[in-house]
Amino acid sequence: MASLDDLKELYFQECDELLEAMAEGLRDMENSPDHSEAIHSVFRAVHSIKGGAGAFDLSVLVDYAHRFETLLDHIRAGRIQTNAELMSLLHRAGDHLSDHISAAKGQIPPIAAADPKIISAMEAALPTGASDPEAEPTPDFAPLALSLAELTPIAPIAETRDPPIAIGNPALLRRIIRFAPHPALYRAGHDPALFMRALADLGQIEVTVHHAQLPPLDSYQTGDAGLFWEIVLTSDATAHEVQGVFEFVEDLAEITIRTDSDATAAQDDLTGQESRPTAAPEAIAAPLSAPNATGVDTQSAPAPAPAHPPVSSDTPAPQATKSVATIRVNLDRVDRLINLIGELVIKEAMLGQTIETAGLPANSDIHKGLDGVRQLASEIQESVMAIRAQPLKSVFERMHRVVREASDATHKPVRLITEGEDTEVDKTIIEKLVDPLTHMLRNSIDHGIEARAARITAQKHEEGIIRLSAAHRSGRIVIEVSDDGAGINRDKVRHIAEARGLVAPEAQLSTAEIDNLLFLPGFSSKDEISALSGRGVGLDVVRREIQSLGGRVTIQSTPGSGTSFTISLPLTLAVLQGMLVDVEGQTVVIPINAIVETIQPHTVQIHSTGTHTRVVQNRGELVPLVDAGQSLNLRQALHNINDRILIVVETDKFNRAALLVDRIHDTRQVVIKSLEENYGEIPGISAATILGNGRIALILDPDEIVHAAATPHPLALEVCHA
Amino acid sequence: MLDSTDHTTSDLRHDMVAFRVADQDFCIDIGMVREIRSWSETTFLPHAQPYVKGVINLRGAVVAVIDLAARLGLGVTKTDPRNVIIIAQVGSQTVGLLADHVSDILPVPPEAIKPMPDVAAEEAKAFITGLVSMDDDRLLRKLDLARILPDTKTLAK
Repeated sequence: MASLDDLKELYFQECDELLEAMAEGLRDMENSPDHSEAIHSVFRAVHSIKGGAGAFDLSVLVDYAHRFETLLDHIRAGRIQTNAELMSLLHRAGDHLSDHISAAKGQIPPIAAADPKIISAMEAALPTGASDPEAEPTPDFAPLALSLAELTPIAPIAETRDPPIAIGNPALLRRIIRFAPHPALYRAGHDPALFMRALADLGQIEVTVHHAQLPPLDSYQTGDAGLFWEIVLTSDATAHEVQGVFEFVEDLAEITIRTDSDATAAQDDLTGQESRPTAAPEAIAAPLSAPNATGVDTQSAPAPAPAHPPVSSDTPAPQATKSVATIRVNLDRVDRLINLIGELVIKEAMLGQTIETAGLPANSDIHKGLDGVRQLASEIQESVMAIRAQPLKSVFERMHRVVREASDATHKPVRLITEGEDTEVDKTIIEKLVDPLTHMLRNSIDHGIEARAARITAQKHEEGIIRLSAAHRSGRIVIEVSDDGAGINRDKVRHIAEARGLVAPEAQLSTAEIDNLLFLPGFSSKDEISALSGRGVGLDVVRREIQSLGGRVTIQSTPGSGTSFTISLPLTLAVLQGMLVDVEGQTVVIPINAIVETIQPHTVQIHSTGTHTRVVQNRGELVPLVDAGQSLNLRQALHNINDRILIVVETDKFNRAALLVDRIHDTRQVVIKSLEENYGEIPGISAATILGNGRIALILDPDEIVHAAATPHPLALEVCHA
Repeated sequence: MLDSTDHTTSDLRHDMVAFRVADQDFCIDIGMVREIRSWSETTFLPHAQPYVKGVINLRGAVVAVIDLAARLGLGVTKTDPRNVIIIAQVGSQTVGLLADHVSDILPVPPEAIKPMPDVAAEEAKAFITGLVSMDDDRLLRKLDLARILPDTKTLAK
């Protein structure tokens, strides 16, 4: 049995999805003038959040969500016209709602009451006389158990077969509603009686219960939905109001609403269960945009096997196209599967090697069979990785708020354009992208985009544009943040770097090198610390965060027309592209993302700078030489290194170093295996992997190796003390 | 921790895995042994204690192999294809123990396990929790695996 905490956890997960839907809906409202479906989805999201909050006694959240919902209700009913000002209010209200949820989760301090500024703005936006200061005491669809006792009050209504009235009155309309709940409706805790009451509020109703489908008691399973109802509603309510009653159970029941004109046909339908659905005599009215439409209003659920296929043929239900069946799976299970596939891939490589050594002819059946296995294994690996992969949408969605707030704080109008948000990345990477992207966007708004006046002088549109895009490129994810601002002021950057002692005044720096100074720790180009980026978080942190994900950040800038940051990330943290090298007879892996170039030692100048240290002169740059063999305690210092190889690596701290290794084998994808699980951490080693021959190879951590070589207390000393 | 389990189940007969290391007989509770493998080449671990031979691939898991002889101060085991690696589970950790060979799997009643006599403080004594005299004049030394595992915390800092 799920505990309340579990349910709450589930509720919060849903909230995240609902908030995403809400934000998306709000943006759709902004972008398209005909936004009835968008506002509908925003309303639904807010309403669902409110409903769930009620069940968990989150009264502040319920109260606030209710006010928000009231405002949205007026908008969707067309009583308030949307304009830029209202949209901005809705965005702020949406952000505030997400704050409320974060507070309820305990991520931020609790919010005692909704922001009075937003509340008063919301009330001001309501049409006169429509304000609804009192929150509903209970949400209108808090989970309720279905009990037969609840249903009995309906029966008398069914008896009162009032004669159809006032057909002559054009305002009154007879509608025949067929309401056939799916079992899911009951599971979700809805009570059909409540819908009958809501309909009764709209006008006069006659209800008939059909129980022909109800199985005999001995074969009845609790949870089966054998009943359906036919309701004749006579009222002046609009189609939209009638539909509104069923708004939240559209997917949970089969609901057909017909006007009186085809009532007889409907009757036939209901008696003969198998008969075809009535062909719609008129076009289906879009559910909300034309509230007074007559004819057939159909809302057919795409969900579990409806007895009647959707009647509508010319207006595909927007819901149906969107809904893709999903399941929630414990991440551990997926990880286990990924581990097993990793095994399979290794086994397959080992088998391949065995067959190779056996010297079978290349066209033998075994080779063909192995090729098939190899292909399948890599396909399985890809599909399993795809399970963990999630679209970047959730991160990009959050960035809209970041930009909105940063734009407000700096008084620079900025528009964020996102592209490629469906690009999929490993879940763990997605979670770790939020902080770096936030910093980069704030940085772009604060430092990249010029102030409004400067933009006008530069003959640019006063609204700055930041483009956030993502794409798959050669097995990696490339995310770009580009602005159309002033570009990097290189003189100023250089000046600041010199003033901070980050570069020597006489150093020759290329433009790219100057741009890269921005990533140095302790660099902040803003003369005074601004409210926005002056939080002690610089681009150096962004770089470190991206590198910890096995990625790299690069920067391109054109003075006058903007700056663009490019993040390149691996698709997953479970595999890594590595270079296999030999060090004193041992095979080790160097992550490709750290490697800048490889050099043959005899082609460059190598100088001794002390008894133990050497530097390599490469492209006018002096980089320290670090012997990987020595760092790993495999050998003493080498004197003649001419027949070896230098691998120039770039580390976290934006230093370069030349790692001395003996030989390069090749580069390949390796599966990352933890060393900590059964052993512990090893300085200079980030993880291990398994080679095709079944042997383990260690994956170097270039950062640590270089860092340790540079510190006065080498790792070797520490070990002696241990 | 390991001792306490021995006591609580003292009414049960214990099967022990007996093996030889540097011409001495040792044993551990069979419940801790996951499998016995023949020797396979290990991959070195930098900055490891000298008794850590390296790591092997145990069906995808990285498992460290400890040279028991070196650990117990009895010299270094010469790598020989006839050597065995006893894969043992200690808590959540899996570890490989390099031994000359496994001699027996034999039932040992708990009362047959005698405490270590208070003899001269040998290095090995720290790892031995009891002695079992066998009928054939062998003396099995019962090892405390938890103490044998390398203390990697000191390395990691």
